[in-house]
Amino acid sequence: MADEQQLFKVTIDNITVEVAPGTTILMAARQIGGDVTPPAMCFYSKLQGSGGKCRTCLVEVSKGSEKDPRPMPKLVASCRTTVMDGMEVKNITSDRVLDARAGVTEFLLLNHPLDCPICDQAGECHLQDLSYEHGKEGTRYEFSRRTFEKENIGPYIQLHMTRCILCYRCTYVADQLTNTRVHGVLDRGDHAEISTYISKAIDNDFSGNMIDVCPVGALTDKTFRFKNRVWFTKPVSAHRDCPTCCGKVTLWNRGDEVLRVTARKDQWGEVESYDGKPGWICNTCRFDKKDLNDWVIEGPAHVSRHSVISANHYEKAIKPQETVPEVMGGRKPKLLMDIHDVSDVNDPDVDLSKINGPATGATFTKK
Amino acid sequence: MARKLLLEKAHVENIRSYEVYRREGGYRSVEKALKTLSPDAVTEEVKKSGLRGRGGAGFPTGMKWSFLAKPEGIPRYLVVNADESEPGTFKDRYLMEFIPHLLIEGMIVSSFALGSNRSFIYIRGEYWWIVDILEQAIQEARNNGWLGKNILGTGFDCDIYVQRGAGAYICGEETALIESLEGKRGNPRIKPPFPAVKGLWDCPTVVNNVETIAAVVPIINEGGEEYAKIGVGKSTGTKLISACGNLNKPGVFEIDMTISVEEFIYSDEYCGGIANGKRLKACIPGGSSVPILPANLLLKTAKGETRYMNYESLSDGGFATGSMMGSGGFIVLDEDQCVVKHTYTLARFYRHESCGQCSPCREGTGWMEKLLLRLEKGQGKMSDIDLLWDIQRKIEGNTICPLGDAAAWPVAAAIRHFRDEFEWHVTNASEAITKNYGLAHYADPLLATA
Repeated sequence: MADEQQLFKVTIDNITVEVAPGTTILMAARQIGGDVTPPAMCFYSKLQGSGGKCRTCLVEVSKGSEKDPRPMPKLVASCRTTVMDGMEVKNITSDRVLDARAGVTEFLLLNHPLDCPICDQAGECHLQDLSYEHGKEGTRYEFSRRTFEKENIGPYIQLHMTRCILCYRCTYVADQLTNTRVHGVLDRGDHAEISTYISKAIDNDFSGNMIDVCPVGALTDKTFRFKNRVWFTKPVSAHRDCPTCCGKVTLWNRGDEVLRVTARKDQWGEVESYDGKPGWICNTCRFDKKDLNDWVIEGPAHVSRHSVISANHYEKAIKPQETVPEVMGGRKPKLLMDIHDVSDVNDPDVDLSKINGPATGATFTKK
Repeated sequence: MARKLLLEKAHVENIRSYEVYRREGGYRSVEKALKTLSPDAVTEEVKKSGLRGRGGAGFPTGMKWSFLAKPEGIPRYLVVNADESEPGTFKDRYLMEFIPHLLIEGMIVSSFALGSNRSFIYIRGEYWWIVDILEQAIQEARNNGWLGKNILGTGFDCDIYVQRGAGAYICGEETALIESLEGKRGNPRIKPPFPAVKGLWDCPTVVNNVETIAAVVPIINEGGEEYAKIGVGKSTGTKLISACGNLNKPGVFEIDMTISVEEFIYSDEYCGGIANGKRLKACIPGGSSVPILPANLLLKTAKGETRYMNYESLSDGGFATGSMMGSGGFIVLDEDQCVVKHTYTLARFYRHESCGQCSPCREGTGWMEKLLLRLEKGQGKMSDIDLLWDIQRKIEGNTICPLGDAAAWPVAAAIRHFRDEFEWHVTNASEAITKNYGLAHYADPLLATA
């Protein structure tokens, strides 16, 4: 076919993948998956214009393209850099990248309160994952951290600005999902804060999605706050016929009680897409339908195995690939001794099916 | 006496008014460009002149203009960056305040070359009184047929608008400036796309410094090749330097980039030497964001050659032993100044001005400021100096816009060249509060880790 799209070859950490032109390095890496994928705190593929801010996804481009093989002098944000044909990217194979990423992790944690033990996001927090992989065990910061008062924005959402890492995702949600945005970033620098226009309440059918996109625990669901730890709940996929949204959700249950409703998330922590459209859910589904009878249960939700939430959920468990003959290298297992040789209990001469009643010691000693 | 091109008429009485400016030969370049040259020919002249951006980066202006995308049916814009907020830089203020018509004239010619029918001056909010001066100059130019529809009967339309910023240093970064001009929060955009392709309202845009645009006037009047003969090497033409600090004669000077740094500081024609008979300790040669240099490296390069006031010579030796021409904010420190306190002041500025969009700059600038304050107060630890070095290393190059680099470089250079003074602040804490370190037996800059 003449108009068949030319695919670009891009090599990330020595793994080559073919992607459509216009794909970003990060999305190409997600196609490969695994450790090759750079972490992303601010990029959200379903939100236009997001990304480029947190700098955790920095990668080194060691070869620009087939035509222009010069390397890029600076590390680039993989979420906002599109691939070129023949591009070679170094992510975890580059010391420079790992060093910069550790630096960014440290910067993000400087003013973060690290109150994970009392934070509702713990267990599904992107910053926790990032710190676990790239953080250091201690901090070199010896000054007081920036704090803010907790703020109620609307009846359902609480903003805890102290935890915020200013990824701007929630402002993009408000811009792109709702018709009027009433919150944004005030001030600048390290005193910048997400806030509503003079403590105005956020009142919109889709405002609850801000909670889903928040990578940390800055925006939390007031109907779920302090109810339970996510890893004690049981995620279940469910749907309902909703007039305003797609109605496809994950219910987080404890017994028969629905503790929380969220949109379904994919392995990158983003909202699942249905027919190319992101499955945002409305506030009615999220906050008001907290009864099992409201929902049609589909089955256990697929939770990525690396998540702490997957503990005790044996969904998609993988069998070990090695079988006994492989381990033995083709040899037959050799019995060390035959139990019949040493035990009287299983005396082969006595046919237990032939005796009356349960066998006793006398059954065997009787000769 | 060095040749003056921009400030030649600055001292003519009442040059601010249109009549005097026109009588002194003003708007000749507009007549010449619009009537005898094509837009491409004007760009060609600018290319030939070798003019380099005067805002700090020193990118060749002609090249920048030729990168401008020119799709059919989409307007193009010229934006003049008058958001001059770098500590130590005040050359544009002088230019706009005293000869506003020079900027207007340069803008008309540049707009003609770029095909911009609506051009903007984005001026920092603190220059509120200059806004009136510019507005008046624009009105005078419009009344006399230099702006508006069908200028000089050539069919070229052009109008100039002045937009005031609200006092943010970050809006001097070209994409943040464009965002702010569009009425949004002044956050730098992520590049690419570059403004030459998608700038103001997603249209191709050129953002130039005030001095760059003003320099277009003598280039057109005298021809690009004539202009290129002034100066040396790739540093052509004249440059405005705003000198401040412990000098006998601080102020704005026009230099032709062939004079040495020593001559600039000590000759009576320029700064007239260090004030109060003190000795020179250090200098930031190009505005607060470029690396500071100790006296020995400022006057002579590491190879022992004389250092000149031009782009190449000032950056000789890279960041290990050199600095940058930057925006021409020449800040001089005498022997009584404390480098630690000075670095703290700069760090405080960058912390205050960081937009907060990307994490290394947002968090790192605040951290550096707190560490420097602690060192300055004599409460620091020896490890703080290495920590500062590590923080600046992790900010530099990892941010969206150059503000991160600008915040990191002064700290890096201060530690590189004045490490002994930082250490003295730790070891002699009580002395450091009351006394001054004075002139240092500077650590050998060549041995310092790069």
